[in-house]
Order: sequence, then C-alpha cells, then structure tokens
Amino acid sequence: MKIGRKTLAALGVLGLLAGKGKRPRRERIVAAGDPDRRAELVVVALLLAASACALMFLVVYALDWSNLTQWLGLCLGGALIFLAAALIVFGQRLVVTEQLEEDYPEAGEPEEQIAVEQIVRESGSKITRKRLLGGAAGLAGGAFGAALIAPAASLGPVLDTESLYYSPWHRGRRLVDEDGKPWSADDIEEEAFYTAYPEDADREELAAPLVMVRLQPAALDLPAERKDWAPEGILAYSKICPHAACAIALYRTPRFEEAEPAPALVCPCHYSTFNPADGGTVEFGPAGRNLPQLPLMIDDAGHLRAAGQFSEPVGPSFWGIRTRRPSSS
Amino acid sequence: MIRRLVTFVDERSGAAPLLRKTLRYAFPDHWSFLLGEVALYAFVVLVATGIYLTLFFEPSTAKTVYHGAYEPLQGMEMSKAYASAIHISFDVKAGLLIRQTHHWAADVFVAAIVLHLIRVFFTGAYRKPRELTYLIGVLLLFTALLEGYLGYSMVDDLLSGMGLAIGYGVALSVPFVGANLALAIWGHPFPGNADFWSRMYIAHVLIFPVLIGGLLTAHLALVASRHHSQFRPRRKVNGERKLIGVPTFPGQAPRSLGLMLAVAAVLVLLGGLVQINPIWLWGPYHVSQGTNGAQPDWYLGWLIGALRLMPHFDVVVWNRTLVPNPFWGGILFPMLVMVALIAWPWLEQRFTRDRRPHNVLQRPRDAPVRTAIGSGFLAWVVMIFTFGAADRVYVFLGIPYETQLWFFRVAIWIVPVLLGVVVYRLCLALREKEEVERDQQAAVRSAPPSPRPEGSFPRRAETGAAPPPGSSEGRTRRR
Repeated sequence: MKIGRKTLAALGVLGLLAGKGKRPRRERIVAAGDPDRRAELVVVALLLAASACALMFLVVYALDWSNLTQWLGLCLGGALIFLAAALIVFGQRLVVTEQLEEDYPEAGEPEEQIAVEQIVRESGSKITRKRLLGGAAGLAGGAFGAALIAPAASLGPVLDTESLYYSPWHRGRRLVDEDGKPWSADDIEEEAFYTAYPEDADREELAAPLVMVRLQPAALDLPAERKDWAPEGILAYSKICPHAACAIALYRTPRFEEAEPAPALVCPCHYSTFNPADGGTVEFGPAGRNLPQLPLMIDDAGHLRAAGQFSEPVGPSFWGIRTRRPSSS
Repeated sequence: MIRRLVTFVDERSGAAPLLRKTLRYAFPDHWSFLLGEVALYAFVVLVATGIYLTLFFEPSTAKTVYHGAYEPLQGMEMSKAYASAIHISFDVKAGLLIRQTHHWAADVFVAAIVLHLIRVFFTGAYRKPRELTYLIGVLLLFTALLEGYLGYSMVDDLLSGMGLAIGYGVALSVPFVGANLALAIWGHPFPGNADFWSRMYIAHVLIFPVLIGGLLTAHLALVASRHHSQFRPRRKVNGERKLIGVPTFPGQAPRSLGLMLAVAAVLVLLGGLVQINPIWLWGPYHVSQGTNGAQPDWYLGWLIGALRLMPHFDVVVWNRTLVPNPFWGGILFPMLVMVALIAWPWLEQRFTRDRRPHNVLQRPRDAPVRTAIGSGFLAWVVMIFTFGAADRVYVFLGIPYETQLWFFRVAIWIVPVLLGVVVYRLCLALREKEEVERDQQAAVRSAPPSPRPEGSFPRRAETGAAPPPGSSEGRTRRR
C-alpha cells in the first residue's frame, strides 16, 4: 500500500516533468478552491430527483391522469425546483465564488466626445445656406411624416363620430327578453330588475340593452316632460353605465322602507348609483351623467314598447355627448 | 476540447476578448439585486408559455356554439376567442397548466418590476450615470401593465369584457379627441368590430412583447456598460471606483441560472396547483352583462381605485364635455405617476445640485428627503390601490362602502404627508444613532485602556482618529 502510493507520486512527478515541455504552466485566472465531495453528491442527488420528476411528468402526460393539471404542475415544477437547487448548490459549493475587484468605467471620455462633435461640425462646413436647407428639410420631414401617419386614420371612422349617438330604439319598438319573447307589463314586478333588448336588433350595440324596474307610481318624481314615460310605474333605463360602459347589474331595493335607502340602480365596476324614481340621476359614485331613460308605453296586447328615444346618448362621456340627442338612423 | 471550440469561434468572430471580459464581469452580491432578475425570468416564462398558447388560441369574435368537455357551457353561444380559451383549459392536454402558468407569470412579472423599482428608488440607484437605465425601466413597467391588460382582455370572458368596457370609457374620456381615439382603436363604438380583435391580438403577441424585449435589451446593455451599482463595500476600497463582485463565470452563472429555474418552478407550481382566472366560471361576455365583485388583475388595482374615488362630475364648458370623469383616474393619475417617476432623477439633481456620477448606493436613511418623499408617494398610490378593493372589504368586513369612500377621499391626502414626516424623522434618528455609535467606537479604538469616568466620552477633537463632524471624510468613508 505504502509503496504503491510512493510509486504513484513518483509517476505523477515524472508526468508533470514530461508535460512541462509541451504546455507552459500559466498563472491561474480562477482562484483555486478546496474540493467538496459531499456537495458533489448532493448535486448528483438533486439532478437525479429532477430526472425522476421530469420522467414522472412524461408518464402523467402520457397516461392522462385525472387531476392532470395538478399532477403536471407538480412534476414539472418539481423538476425545475430540483434543477434550480442543483445549480445553486453547484454555484455556491462546487465552483469558486471569489470576489473580484473591477474598475468602474470612467463616466464618459471627453476626448472622444470632442472628436464626435468635431466630426459632425466639420462635416457641415461646406454648407453655406444652413437655415434654408434646414427649413426645407424640416418641411420635407413634416410632410413625409404626415403622409406616413395618414393611413392610421383608416383604423376607424376617426372623424365621423356619428355612430356614438346611435340607438336602436324608436317609437313602437317592442322590448324583448333574452329569448326574444316580448316583455308584458304584467311580467314586471316590484323589487326586481329585468333586462330588455330591442326586438329584431343587434343586442351587442351599447344602446341596445335596457334595465327595467317597477316602482309605485306615487313614488315617482320624474322631470315634468317625462311624466308619461313610466306607464304603471314601469321604468326603462339604458343598462350601460354612463361612466365607463359597464352593465348596470345591481339593483338595491329596500326591504324595510322606513330605514333603508330608496331603490337604486348600481354599476358593479365603480359603484355609480342611480335613482330610478327621478329619472336616473347620479346619487353616488363617479358617473358624470345621469342614466339615459327610455320612454315606455304599453300596447293593446299588454306588451311593453318604446315610446320614443332615450333622454340622452348612451355610453361614457366624450367631447360632444351633451350636444345632441341619440338617433336611430 | 474547450480550446478548440474557443479557437474556432474566435478565429471567425474575434469574440475571445469580449468573451473573456464577459466571463469575468463582476456582479455585486446582494439579495435585492435579484428582483430585476426575477422580472427578467418571469418574462422568459411568459414568452415560452405565451408561444404555446398562440398555437391554440383563436382571436376572433365570430360567434360559435360551444360543444366541448365543459358541461355547463354546452350549447351556449360565445365568441371563438372565448371558446378557444375554454378549449385550451379543458381539451388541450397540459393546456390549463400552461394557461395558468402564463397568467401567474404575468402577475409575478409586474410585481417583480415594481419591487425592483422600489429598491432602485430608495437606494438612489437611478443617479448619474444610470438615469437612462432607470428611465427605460419605468417605461418597461408601463408597457408591461398595458401588455397584461391586453392579455386578459383577449379572452372575451365576462371579466375581460368589463375591463375592455372600462378601457373604452377611459379612451373616450381623453379631452377633445377621445371619441376619435376610441373609434380608431375599436373601429366601431364598443364592443368594436372584428378589426379590434386582430389589433388586440397582434399587440399582445407581437408588438408589445417586441417592445418589452427591446426595452429590456437596452436596459441590460446599459446596466452592463456602466456596471452594477453596489452597496458600500466592506473591504477597504473606494467603492466609487472599484466594483467588488462575483464573476459571471464560474460564480454568478450557475446561481443566476438556478434563480431562473426557481422562478420557473414557482410559476409552474402556481400554474398547476393554484387556480387563477377560471374563465369558465365567468361565462362569455355580452355588453348587457356584468357581475358584482369584479376585480382586475392586481397591477390594475390602483386604476380601479382611482376611478372609484372620483366624485361624480364631468367638466362641461358650453355643453362641451371637456373632461369626462374617467380621465382623472384612468389617464391623468397613471400619467402623473409615470411622469413623476421619470422626472425624479432630474428633479433630485436640480435640488441637491449633485451632478457627480455615483456607483455606491445609499441606504434609505442616507437620503432622508428622498426616502420621505418616496414613502409618501408610495403610500399615496398604495392607498388608492387599496381603495380599489373597498367593495371586497365591505363583503368581508362589513364596513360600508360609502364610509370607506369618504375616508379614503380624505386620507389619501393626509396619510402620505404624515408618513413622509415620520419617515424623515426616522431617517434622521437612525443616522444620529449611527454617528453616536461611530464616535463611541472611534473613542474606544483611540484610547482603549485609559480609565475614564463612567458616562463621559472624550470629545472628538481629543481623539484625533475620528474625523471632525460633518466633514466629507465622515460621510464617504463609512465602513
């Protein structure tokens, strides 16, 4: 044993001496460090665990287990976490993590800066009419830029904002429910709210959906010109909040009238709250305009119909929204 | 073997000197420097999972009737976009894992950027020569917000539709040109025409990712060219001139790669085990539908808070709606935050008259005014963010929404100021405590064995070793 070691050492020295001629020994760049055999084993174990997880992922995927998403996530996540651990142990224990000292770069090189400036300045020294050329170039740049930007106008009807005043409602149009069945006045009960759509019209237009509620006629306090807009106390408003176009999907109705606040239509996005009794005025929340009201009438068959156009355009505010009434054309 | 490879590459590209420099580039060691890396790796996961999702997703509002594995939606009419997202979730093997991982990665991406920004701000890492790096970082944050919004809006479930409706309201609210702008984007009044869906899709899968990738590259290139900033080194070197750090190779590379895999692991585990955005429960969107308790992804919470806080008025002049209400919370507020963030380094330079380059970071207490203003500003945004969840607070704690609204309308202006003052005092106190300790140490070092009456300290002038108070020595050489 002892002899063997000595022989090996001797051989090693011989080998070194032999190798010396071929490749000159260079100074180390990366600092030397002590070996860490335990860490090596840990890394190997972690890599094996990662392989096991990855293989498990393949198995789970191929066999299409139940709760597939969870198992796949667990296997893939496990493989990744073991790989990550292996790399981090490797980085901390198996390579040298010496702290280097490195010079920060100088903040700018004045000589080069001057040279750049000089090149630019001297390049223009032949030019005599700088301002004229500059003006012409500016004009060309501006015109060319405008020409380049112009096709962006094709993105939408940029200058024609007429469509923002559109409403499918007009006098006589019936209100129908989700399945297209006309709403009867008798269907509408108090303390509930209903969604109505225009018969035979696109329901995905902002002005199409309505929210309907029934209040005691005596409880109504509509503006004078809207006195006959709510037959039997049935009121219809645009279902689209004039704040930011969400659907008014909440109806607050008191269970004990003496103590609780009056009925209100509420938008769930930013809690704009509208009073249906007095024509949809904003009671609370951020909406800057009242809820547009649609006048109703009841036909001979007892069905609800629009009796005219909304009180104001539907949808969020913009520059011209207060300038005109909505139109159905 | 290595030598042959390097020789091959170098003889054909001349890359060896650069490669050598890169391998020995020093990374200063501090956990908080990893936040930006986490964001980077979340982005890598986003790109990888995102590419997979594009192989199945159909960005179309064309109507279809659902016939798939998910029973409750059977036979329902919906857009192809929504149907394909449901298809990914139920019929594509591993589809739900990838979709949820993608969604989680987006949330973590923005969170990491925000934390990174906070770290950079409070340590003064944005100071000369790194203002441009910081500026690009701020732009990255806002690009990432828009990208995330587009991503969850494309799915066309009820919540995405509600989010888009709000986006439409906000676009319309731009003074003067809002209507033209909204029609240019949507092609038609909300919910828009088919073009809008193509636009949103290409913006989410190409335009914004490329923009983010480009900004990210510029951000990293600038970091590398000026080198990392560092906290004051413990070793006796001038930290402004010498950077102390672990070299890329072999020290930093395995650790950083390990961090990448760890980030990916956490995201995949979240994606597999923690449900996020179960779109099949929300149902398809129609303009006539909404739901209570609708909340955006967390990173837009500050905007919903701001929209909700506004009192109800439009600014109207001669029947013209000059400033529709959503403008304040939806555009002015985020713009204000962005402009304030971008302007800060230059404002600070102007007020401190400090135009020298800085490589050594400050601790928050080293710059009390900045720390105070930053804390106040952060508190302002965080409070507005918190109010965005007021409806949930009402549901869980029963505090009336109206009460919360009035509380926050007042408190968002008072609390930040108070916090700023408190933080300022705290910074001064910490500094003072440190100075006292330093003097004590200096005193002990200069005259350790000499017997002194209890409680009395030699004055600084007597010790000789400690610098006079307030001298530049005392400020810069703190070890």
